[in-house]
This record gives sequence, C-alpha cells and structure tokens, in this order.
Amino acid sequence: MTLLESLRSALSAILSRKLRSFLTVLGIVIGVAAVIALMSIGEGAQARVTSSLESIGTNLLFVRPGAPPQAGAQSFQPTAGRLTLADAAALTDPALTPAVVMAAPEVSTAVQAAVSGSTVATRAMGVTPEYETVRNFTVAEGRFISEADVEAGSLVTVVGSNVAEALFGELSPVGESIRLSQRRFRVVGVLESKGGTAFGSQDNLVVVPITTAQRRLTRTLTARGADQVQVIYVQARNASLVDAAKEQVTALLRELHDSPTVDDFTITTQQETLATLTQALGAFTIFLGAVAGISLVVGGIGIMNIMLVSVTERTREIGIRKAVGAKSRDILLQFLVESALLSLAGGLLGVALGAGASQLVSNINIGGTQVPAAVTPDIVLLAVGVATAIGLFFGFYPASRAARLDPIQALRSE
Amino acid sequence: MDGQAAVIELRQVRKVYQTGAIEVEALRGVSFAIFPAEMVAVMGPSGSGKSTLMNLMGCLDRPTSGSYRLAGEETGQMNDDRLAEIRNRRIGFVFQSYNLLARMTAVENVELPLVYAGAPRRRERALTSLERVGLGPRARHRPFELSGGEQQRVAIARALVMEPSLILADEPTGNLDTRSSEEIMALLQELNEREGMTVVLVTHEADIAAHMGRILRIRDGLLERDEVVSNPRHAALRPEGKL
Repeated sequence: MTLLESLRSALSAILSRKLRSFLTVLGIVIGVAAVIALMSIGEGAQARVTSSLESIGTNLLFVRPGAPPQAGAQSFQPTAGRLTLADAAALTDPALTPAVVMAAPEVSTAVQAAVSGSTVATRAMGVTPEYETVRNFTVAEGRFISEADVEAGSLVTVVGSNVAEALFGELSPVGESIRLSQRRFRVVGVLESKGGTAFGSQDNLVVVPITTAQRRLTRTLTARGADQVQVIYVQARNASLVDAAKEQVTALLRELHDSPTVDDFTITTQQETLATLTQALGAFTIFLGAVAGISLVVGGIGIMNIMLVSVTERTREIGIRKAVGAKSRDILLQFLVESALLSLAGGLLGVALGAGASQLVSNINIGGTQVPAAVTPDIVLLAVGVATAIGLFFGFYPASRAARLDPIQALRSE
Repeated sequence: MDGQAAVIELRQVRKVYQTGAIEVEALRGVSFAIFPAEMVAVMGPSGSGKSTLMNLMGCLDRPTSGSYRLAGEETGQMNDDRLAEIRNRRIGFVFQSYNLLARMTAVENVELPLVYAGAPRRRERALTSLERVGLGPRARHRPFELSGGEQQRVAIARALVMEPSLILADEPTGNLDTRSSEEIMALLQELNEREGMTVVLVTHEADIAAHMGRILRIRDGLLERDEVVSNPRHAALRPEGKL
C-alpha cells in the first residue's frame, strides 16, 4: 500500500467521525495555539525592546555613578558615587579617549509643566547640546539647548511632542512660556516625536540646560561641591570601538576620581543592556513555550488514547484488511498516517488560532506602546512540525498494536 | 484428476494450540487434495477442527506439522508478510458476515485487494468484478444501502478481483434468507461452471453442501469421510447479473 493510499484511507477514517476527530485534536489545537501565541508575543517583545534600545542612540555607553553590582551582593543599595559635569567634559578629550565621539551628561527629575489652565506631569532632562545627537533627538521646530544656555543656566526649554500637544494643542509653543516647578521657562523648541518604546514614551519630556536643572530643579551636589550628573551617555566612534571606548572611559574616570582599583561608577554598553534584556526575554519566551509545550504532550496523550480506542473498535476492519492481503507494515502505516494527519490538522488549526490570538494581543495598547507579536514562519514550522512529530510518537504504540493483531482473532471480533 | 496439479494439497497436517498448560490438538493429521474447478464442501460439527482447517487453507495460520501446498507452493515455512501476499494473490475469502468495510462504497471494497497488491487500473478492474456478480449499478452504494444478498455478492466480487486460485467461503449463506442463499449458491456454481473457479465452502447445512461436487467431513480433528456427490443440486435462482 502506498503512502497516498494510506493518506486517503486515513482521511476517510478521520472525516467519517468529524466531531470525535475534532475533540481528539483539541489538545493539540490548544497546545499549538498557545505555543504560537506565546512565542510570537515573546518575539514581538524582543523586537520591540531591541528597536526601543536602538532608538535611544547608537554605539552608546551608559556611565552611571556607583560601583558596579558585585556578583552575589546581598544588597542592591547603590554605592555612593559621583559623576560630574567635569567628568563628562573630560570624556570627550580626543587625546585621552580617542574612541569617544561625544559625551552627553543628563540630570533628570519629575516636574509639573504648566501653562495657564493646564498642567501635565512630565520629566525634565537637564542636558548639554550633545544630547540631541547622542540620543537621536530631532528638533521639529525652533532649536535645541545651546552651549550658551548651558553656560548661562538660562531658563529655556525644548519640549517633547506630547508635552507640546498637551499644553498648546495645535498651536506652536515656540516663544511661549511655561512653568516648570513654579519657574518660568521660555520654550525655544519642540522635539519631533520618537514614538513609544518598551521603556515608556520618549515624547513626554521637557529638555532644559543641565546647569539650570542642577541649580533650579534639583539640588544634587557632590561632596566636592561640583554639580553631579545622573548618567553620562557616551557615544563611541563606531560599533567596533565600543569596547575600546569602555576601557578608555574606565581608565580616565579612575584617574579623575583618584581610585585606581575601586570603581565608583558603572559602565554598561548598549549591547550589554540589549543582551541582558533579550536574554531575559528569551528565557521568558522559552519558559512560556515550554509551558505551552506541556499541553502539546497532553494533547499527544489524548491522541494516543483515542487511537487505542479506534484500533479496538476497528479490530474487525484490521482483520478484513489482513485477510485480503494487508501486511503488518501496511496496517502500521495506515494508523500512523492517521494519527499524524490528525495532529497535523490540529497543528494547522492551532496555528490559525494562535496567529489570531497574537494579532489580537498586538492590537492592544499597553502604556503607549504595542507589542508587535510576530508570527514568523519558523515558529509556525516548529509548531506544526512538533505537532506532527507528537502525532507520530503517540500514534506509534496504537499503530503497532493494530499491526500485530492476529488476523484470525481480528476477524472473529465483533 | 490425478494427472492435474492440485490447488490444495494437505499431507498429515497437524495443528496444536497451546492454551496455558493444556495442549489442544485441533487437527490430528489431515491429508487431502483439491483439484482445479472442484467444488468442495467442508462439513463437521463445531469443535471438529473445521475452522482450524479453514484458517490453514486460507493461509491465515500455519500448520504445527505436516505440509500444506497451495497452487504448488509450500506455505508451511512462510513468514507473515509472505502469507499476506499469498492471501492477496491466491485466495478469495467470502465470510458469513460479508466483512465489508462500512465506510467504503461497494467498488472501494472490491478495490481493497488491488490496493494491497499495488495493482494498476484498480477502479476499472473492481467495476468489472462487480459486473461479474451483477452489481455494476450498485458500485457507488455503501454496504448499509445494500441487502444481505447484495453485500455477499460484493464480497464475492472482492474475492474474485485478484483472479485467485480458489474461493474460500466460510458459511457464506449463514446470514441470508433462502432466496438470497440460492442466489449466492447459483453465483458460485456459475463461477465454477463458466470459469472453472475452484470453490471450497465450509458449512454445516447439508442443504448447501448438496450444491457441491464433493464433501469432506471432519470430526475430532480427522478427515472422517471424503465423499463425492453424485448429482449436485443446481441452484435455480440465477442473479440478474451476467457472468
């Protein structure tokens, strides 16, 4: 008997009991749907995180005050550290840190931005002009913070698109004044929208000169009196120089801070952050997939159960087939094909269901951002392949029982 | 008949079943030969060993000892796959309960041996076979849409489709009314007369056995009598189909 004949015979057997076949494969349908939905949501989240992190800037290093967390540390208490504007300025010295193009320090604090009548909660970023380039911001209207603004500590601000819309609607905010923490600032520019990221919106912010932020909005002075910054974004010259930049920055900061052995700052590269996040998300995705995989195994056991019942019910059919010339392997093939076909059908139904579910999820707006659940061909192939393999695996035992039946006994059965 | 090669030849065939610690000797040394174009009834009370004999002749089982040659081939040492092939090519089974597959149409049922033989032009050959038993017009019907007699004729068409060396019929009229029984016997006689088909039929009805040319009586695992029916009954009712 050829495979084609087996397929035809299996199809007719499956279709002759539609409801039962459907119920049999329901476990596989649900399992595959769960795998597809969870894996694609996981992949979508990873893609989202990657693109979010890339939208922050390229070839970046994040320099933060405080010692790096020690492996096995009992406490997450950040070690006291200091990073100052002077540090940031020193990092761009081409003689000391040739791998670095730019360094952009940042101080940020939560503020209320208000014009007469309306208020919006936002975050004020104290920055230098380099910030625009390093963080990939584009000014839609007006200008960015200038060097002169930073030197003078002037009360000027560049507003993010969300803030502009919330406070001024369709009108241009440039030249208008807004109050940030009760101080009057003049709006000199509006940022172009960057859209939401996995870490929240990059449009709900106001940008002010870093000196202004330090003096007027926050009061964070270091022991030495120099104004402290919360993070320095360092941009490496190119992707291959990120590690070199990290070494150079480390060496320079150790020297500046007079601590050749103990670091009081932490440098993470964008790649490291990305790797950490995608690793965590990847583990999460695999975990979800494994949980869903359990239901696939349960579905497989369901198939085995029904196939065993089916073999018992069709003992006489098996006897007849053997009497007219079916060999054991013909019978084996027939039942194997039947269970594989069942679970393949279940797998395909599950793919449809899972794709539908992940489509539904990707349409849900979570905190200004969407997870673009991506049903990729490899997920589909994996799920359908696993489903078919499960059908073959769990179908083998019933099929071999059918194949081993003695034709005389089988013909005698009712 | 001695000059002809036998279709079936049994020599000292024994069959012993092991049921737990007890050995049951179902056949205790049976020898006979059946020649082409013979019509033979196998009769015997239940427990006589006639079912065992039927299974052995049908290559569904192997003798414990002795020799069984089917169309000149010794089957005693064949493995299961080889026996399946022999059943497929040499033997056409007709059972008391028809044993058609309910899911399939008449013609699909008749095709089944061709499927396992991997034969070409299956549909065509199956239809021809159905026409031989007068069921051409019923080819697309499923078993439950056919009468008992028609179902048995489908089974005969299935038995014929591989052009076997013999038809092995196990109580073929057991489930049928008198009229349908007559039809089936007429069909078997016609196949025998027109085409020289060898028919071996197991029955406990003397009435049915009387249609055969020879009767083998089995008792207690032995061939008790081998008698020639001098004037076999002719089944009167011919099915409407043309052979």
